Amino acid sequence: MSSTRALAAGLAFLARRLTQALLVMLAVLVIAFAVRTSLGDPLREIVGEAVPEAEREQLRHELGLDAPWPVQLARYIGGALHGDLGTSTIYKKPTLEVVPAKFPASFELVLGASLIVLLLSLPAGVYCAVRPRALGARLILGLSVLGISIPVFLTGIFLITIFAVWLGWLPAFGRGETVHLGGWETGLLTLSGLRHLILPALTLSSIMLPLFIRLVRGAMLDELGHDYVRTARAKGAAPLRVWLGHALRNALLPLVAVGGLQVGTLIAYTLLTETVFQWPGMGFLFLEAVTRADIPLITTYLVFVGLLFVITNTIVDILSLMLDPRITLEGTR
Amino acid sequence: MNEATSRPDSEGVLRAVIVERPGAAVAAILFGLIAIAAMLAPLIAPTNPFDLASLDVLDAELPPRWVQGSDPSFLLGTDAQGRDLLSAILYGTRISLLVGVLAVAIQATIGVPLGLLAGYVGDRLDNIVSRAADIQLSLSTLMMAIIALALFRAALGGESLSRYAVPLLVVVIGLAEWPYFARTARAATQVEAAKDYVRAARALGASDLGIVGRHILPNILSPLIVVATTQIAGAIMAEAALSFLGLGMPVTKPSLGTLIRSGYDLMFAGAWWITVIPGIVLIGLLVSVNVLGDTLRDALDPRLSPR
Repeated sequence: MSSTRALAAGLAFLARRLTQALLVMLAVLVIAFAVRTSLGDPLREIVGEAVPEAEREQLRHELGLDAPWPVQLARYIGGALHGDLGTSTIYKKPTLEVVPAKFPASFELVLGASLIVLLLSLPAGVYCAVRPRALGARLILGLSVLGISIPVFLTGIFLITIFAVWLGWLPAFGRGETVHLGGWETGLLTLSGLRHLILPALTLSSIMLPLFIRLVRGAMLDELGHDYVRTARAKGAAPLRVWLGHALRNALLPLVAVGGLQVGTLIAYTLLTETVFQWPGMGFLFLEAVTRADIPLITTYLVFVGLLFVITNTIVDILSLMLDPRITLEGTR
Repeated sequence: MNEATSRPDSEGVLRAVIVERPGAAVAAILFGLIAIAAMLAPLIAPTNPFDLASLDVLDAELPPRWVQGSDPSFLLGTDAQGRDLLSAILYGTRISLLVGVLAVAIQATIGVPLGLLAGYVGDRLDNIVSRAADIQLSLSTLMMAIIALALFRAALGGESLSRYAVPLLVVVIGLAEWPYFARTARAATQVEAAKDYVRAARALGASDLGIVGRHILPNILSPLIVVATTQIAGAIMAEAALSFLGLGMPVTKPSLGTLIRSGYDLMFAGAWWITVIPGIVLIGLLVSVNVLGDTLRDALDPRLSPR
């Protein structure tokens, strides 16, 4: 009985979240449409500059570009639903072919960096919280201030100087050899691809790592102050078990919530990292589009980033729900 | 909240700070030196790097004085335009600091009143401000700034972007991060508003505006100063990142980020100093501000006080 009620509550939550996600995407499309109509001329994208004005007028009418803006907006959103957001002026291809083709590169870079961050920030953050006055903790926090203070592009430049220019151990630019797996172009399956990934992934993790060490430390400090920790210690549970089994488990909840808010920041840092390493991802593509004023490509990137943002936030919300012990308890009772 | 009343011996306090937190003392000195040098740039810089007429292309890419092949009149060498790097760095630091401080001033101007209002009035107003802050924060500043400046550049061209770079950067970085001030001000106001002195002031007939402005605001300044410190570091970093992407200060009026970018292209041709030296100055500036902010925060964090 109560489990069906919990299920219903969960489904209602899911439905509410999905509605919100759809509304946000609608808003993003409206903004993209506004940018597109105020900055770009769709006609020029199709026929170029050479066509005389009278013929332009004719074409504009035929293509419905002189229709009132609500009609055009509806048409734009309709197009988006059918996978059409315009044609890139640089690549002369539909933007929805160009932008997603660059997604695997960015995704694999973020994946590599996230693995490094996850493997290092959890132990370091827990250690700094349980031994706040130890030399090691002070050292980690000191280094994390240094890490936060070095802009991500400088970390990249320094790493390239040391490991690519001086030592010659690792390649500095690009993705190396890639393999096509269905529609996904991966660099994770070749030695050259993996070697090319090391420096960019280290660079990207260098800026997120201090942030997450501090987050883990802060969340753990909060949990360690609670009575249940003292109770567990008093009844004789081993310290490690209390820290990892009790406190860290509860610290994960605020961690996921706050960490989820960093998606936008992560995308921005990925863009900077891609610029330094000429990594052929979405951010690199976006800056190329900006320099050459490719409005359809710019707006498509915005829509895509909005989509990524909405998807990760929805996943984070669902994860928070799953991690919250109060809700889990209600479901199993 | 007055340090002097709790510890009358200010010299002793200074000594205690230096002994207990040597890092903070070093950071304060480093920041002071960089800030003073940047402020005095027009007086102490050997040349005016913005005066394009005085540049000579034949001087381009000369190394610093301690490297072979240098020209003794350029202490830190020259950049790709033949500009004296020391002067460019001094002026560039000035721009970076200016953008950072002005952007944070905008953040505080928006955030502090909103936070005071939300914390003092509460209820629906509090809800609206808090929700707005949440939404604003979930959209990353750097990403919003990149998008805003990219659209500006795509709409009006790189030329106009260069001309209005300073006000644009200040506004873009300034508008996005007010929630940090608002949240801090709100939380501190809620604590203060419940205290007896506020009730006493109200009983004596003080107006709400008077209570907030004259009594609450002075008492919540210390957490706000901590926020301001970290925000300045963040704003300087954001400016450098935007300039590095080519969306900030132009090459004709370089900030530290612009210098790093313009040198990056030449780095593999051997001219490392154009990137590395401004990079070190930028890191020094950011580390010192961040260490100062951290020290202030830890000093105010009750969870870290010795038991």
